Amino acid sequence: MLHATWVIPLLPLVGFGLLVLFGRRLGDPLAGWLATTMAAASFVMSLIVFSGLLGRSADHRVFTQTVWDWIPVGGFKVGVSFLVDPLSMTMCLFVTGVSTLIHLYSIGYMRGDRQFSKFFVYLNLFLFSMLVLVLGGNFLLTFLGWEGVGTCSYLLISFWFERATAASAGKKAFVTNRVGDWGFMIGIFLVFAHFGTTDYTRVLAAPALAHLSQSTATWICLALFLGAVGKSAQIPLFVWLPDAMEGPTPVSALIHAATMVTAGVYLLCRISPLLHLAPDASLVIACIGAATALIAATIACAQDDIKKVLAYSTVSQLGYMFVAVGSTAYIAGVFHMVTHAFFKALLFLGAGAVIHGMHDEQDMKRMGGLRRWMPVTSTTFLVGWLSICAIIPFAGFWSKDDILAGAWEYHGWVGNVLYVVLLVTAGLTAYYMTRQVALVFFGRERWREPEPAVAHAASNETVGDEESTHQPVGHGAGEHAEPHEAPWVMLLPLCALAVLAFAGGIFNLPYQPFNLLDKWLRPVVEAASNPRQFSTTAKIVSAVIASAVALAGIALALPIWERSAVHNELEPTVLRRAWYIDWLYARFVDGPGTALASFSAWVLDKRVIDGSVNGVATLVRGSGAQLRKLQTGYVRNYALGIAAGTVAILGYIVFRAS
Amino acid sequence: MLLAAATKPADWTVFVIASVIVLAGGLGVVSARHPVHSALFLVQTLFGVAVLFVEEAAQFLFAVQVIVYAGAIVVLFLFVIMLLGVGRPRERIVDVLKAQRPVALLIGVLGLAEFFGLINASVWATGTKSSAGQLTGPGSNVEKLGRSLFSTYLLAFEVTSALLVIAVVASVVLVRRPHAAADDEAREADAELERAG
Amino acid sequence: MSVPGAWYLSVAAVLFTIGAVGLLVRRNVLIMFMCVELMLNAVNLTFITFARMLDDVGGQSIVFFVMVVAAAEVVVGLGIIVAIYRRRVGATADDLHILKG
Repeated sequence: MLHATWVIPLLPLVGFGLLVLFGRRLGDPLAGWLATTMAAASFVMSLIVFSGLLGRSADHRVFTQTVWDWIPVGGFKVGVSFLVDPLSMTMCLFVTGVSTLIHLYSIGYMRGDRQFSKFFVYLNLFLFSMLVLVLGGNFLLTFLGWEGVGTCSYLLISFWFERATAASAGKKAFVTNRVGDWGFMIGIFLVFAHFGTTDYTRVLAAPALAHLSQSTATWICLALFLGAVGKSAQIPLFVWLPDAMEGPTPVSALIHAATMVTAGVYLLCRISPLLHLAPDASLVIACIGAATALIAATIACAQDDIKKVLAYSTVSQLGYMFVAVGSTAYIAGVFHMVTHAFFKALLFLGAGAVIHGMHDEQDMKRMGGLRRWMPVTSTTFLVGWLSICAIIPFAGFWSKDDILAGAWEYHGWVGNVLYVVLLVTAGLTAYYMTRQVALVFFGRERWREPEPAVAHAASNETVGDEESTHQPVGHGAGEHAEPHEAPWVMLLPLCALAVLAFAGGIFNLPYQPFNLLDKWLRPVVEAASNPRQFSTTAKIVSAVIASAVALAGIALALPIWERSAVHNELEPTVLRRAWYIDWLYARFVDGPGTALASFSAWVLDKRVIDGSVNGVATLVRGSGAQLRKLQTGYVRNYALGIAAGTVAILGYIVFRAS
Repeated sequence: MLLAAATKPADWTVFVIASVIVLAGGLGVVSARHPVHSALFLVQTLFGVAVLFVEEAAQFLFAVQVIVYAGAIVVLFLFVIMLLGVGRPRERIVDVLKAQRPVALLIGVLGLAEFFGLINASVWATGTKSSAGQLTGPGSNVEKLGRSLFSTYLLAFEVTSALLVIAVVASVVLVRRPHAAADDEAREADAELERAG
Repeated sequence: MSVPGAWYLSVAAVLFTIGAVGLLVRRNVLIMFMCVELMLNAVNLTFITFARMLDDVGGQSIVFFVMVVAAAEVVVGLGIIVAIYRRRVGATADDLHILKG
């Protein structure tokens, strides 16, 4: 059963191929069903391979399968090989599962769009790339998948590329990712330089690591972490994620919440044996994660666009995962990754249903009281809300609590600081999510009122905010038309995800026979994680503190925002403008960046490089012109030349003879 | 059989006189105004060289030199000179290449100096003696030369006879006129070229 | 015995130089050809000298062949000169300079 691993990425690739060839002919909605079927089939295959892996004993759950030799160059051998172990199978399962649900949802969401089949072409290609990334058995194959998901992200963000903001958001995502990818590549080069191979099984094996110095390991880990920072939107490379909301909502749900952005966390878990040798790198990772979590949470408190709140929320939750990885609580990080995939995808899809039902309105200040009009959507959204606020017994509670506990235990007083930061962030999370829920589903039905000029002008200040033009609309866009519930293709995934967001905690309850994920993943990260044993008292105390903070946040936000949507003192401009980070980058790129590029183009490229190349040509031509004068055309001159040469040679012989 | 056991003074006398004849003729060839004079000086040189051949016990080649070189080749030269009427005052025009004459003389002097240096500085005859056959000894020069030509160098001999045939055919082809009109056209074209360049 | 070989070689060297300088200086094609003949004769003299010094009949055989080839060369060369003169009467070596670079 394990030998069927190669089928898992193959199925979406086949879907991609078929849709490229026949997608337009299949049309709306058949192309969508084909793509969904491929994703579902991939999920089924993942289950089969998973069961095969389960069948093995805990010590032998590593299986590699090389499909063919990709690069056999001398001492550098890279094959298209897949690595099946608990970590990659966990990723595989939730990636394919959530993807299937989102494919299904997209059939309803993208109905009526002119480029319906193209959307599914890209979605299937994305799924293929993500699976290659996750299943890849060596750094190079993972990098291939990494670049593939980056490309698909670009393609999907700028799906409605006729809109200037969407096109530039796509470019921003790609370029920012590229900075991270540079780090990833340096990391791969360093790995190859030191180990002579890029295979995971060989690089991460104990004998290979025994000869690695701490500084080398630190450099490798930091380089790879830079790649993760780009892909998973941490400080300072997180600026692309909010702009990526220009893409259709299923894209935001799939790529920018559940799967692609978790690639960075996956990579760091994969290299956990290396991180074990580089405690400084782990410290850096944890600190950056904590900073990102806090800052993103503060920004989310002042956003008006329903998707932007969720985008900054994603950045913040990813920060949590990085803190987990940095404080060597890898399993907690993976657990949160899984639960986050469930509830964040749920929240995004719910937001998409709201946008769809509100005829493409995205400004929360223009919504309100929707729970009467969209019962299913609001119920599922509320489930997601409670999960992200980490309320017992929802899934988010268990995973966030694991991370908090792991942070506290890390490295003495640093861990304590991290814990406090994460606790404050948890409070902020509860606050802004409750604010969102209150603005959208509770309170006055503000969409019935004519647009107030002041509020609208204020809301336009948010970074990159624009009225979305979800094109085309499947139904008439009336200004005061009533919101309606989404079709069943969109509601079914919402319900499925709601169940998972509620009950997902059972995968890793912190009590002995139930910590399934912990036992499952432990062999993979064995070397790196510290065995933590918390007493029951400690667990209960931490649960109480976290819950208290969350409830405080909810209690603060709900009454304020349910009553009125206008609270300018709670939404300072600095937060609206995301701490002016984007503005800073723009100033830098516009000023020194452009100057540098200009210098490189006009001086370096044109004068130095072109000059030297042209200079060589001019030199040759000039010397040729001079040499041409030797050819006078007179035979006697040539004879004179010969005679002179002969005399010279004779002279040399005389010199030698004497 | 002109040579007996030669005594030194006689040899020297003959050598000096013959050398003077050769070199004077050479200078005459180079400096004569009229090509016919040049050809006659050439004959003088060839005769002188022939005498030197005899001095060096190459009797057969002396005869061949006189018959072929002086008797046939120079006559051919004279035929062509008189046929073409060469020697008009055209050559009195100033030399286009001004540096040619001085440089040529310089090269000549240098080369001569080097030759003398080489001749006197080293021993020249260091090769294997009689590698192709003995020159001295019983038998006439003709016999020895003939034996060498028809045994060791037989292939070269046959090739040279072929070469002669080729030369004759080539010369006939070269001077053939296709038809008179083409010649005049060709002359017109050349005249134009000269006016332009 | 006969005159030492070095003297003959010197005479041949001078003759060769005269011929070379004449070739470089004169412009009349026929006279240039005669200078070539001078040089060939000088070479022949050198060969004969060495044949005597090394007691080798091979030297004289070479001279034989040189004479044959010189004769053939003169025939062809004069044919070329006649062909040139037919086109352009009174041509000298300097007139053929169209192939300048």
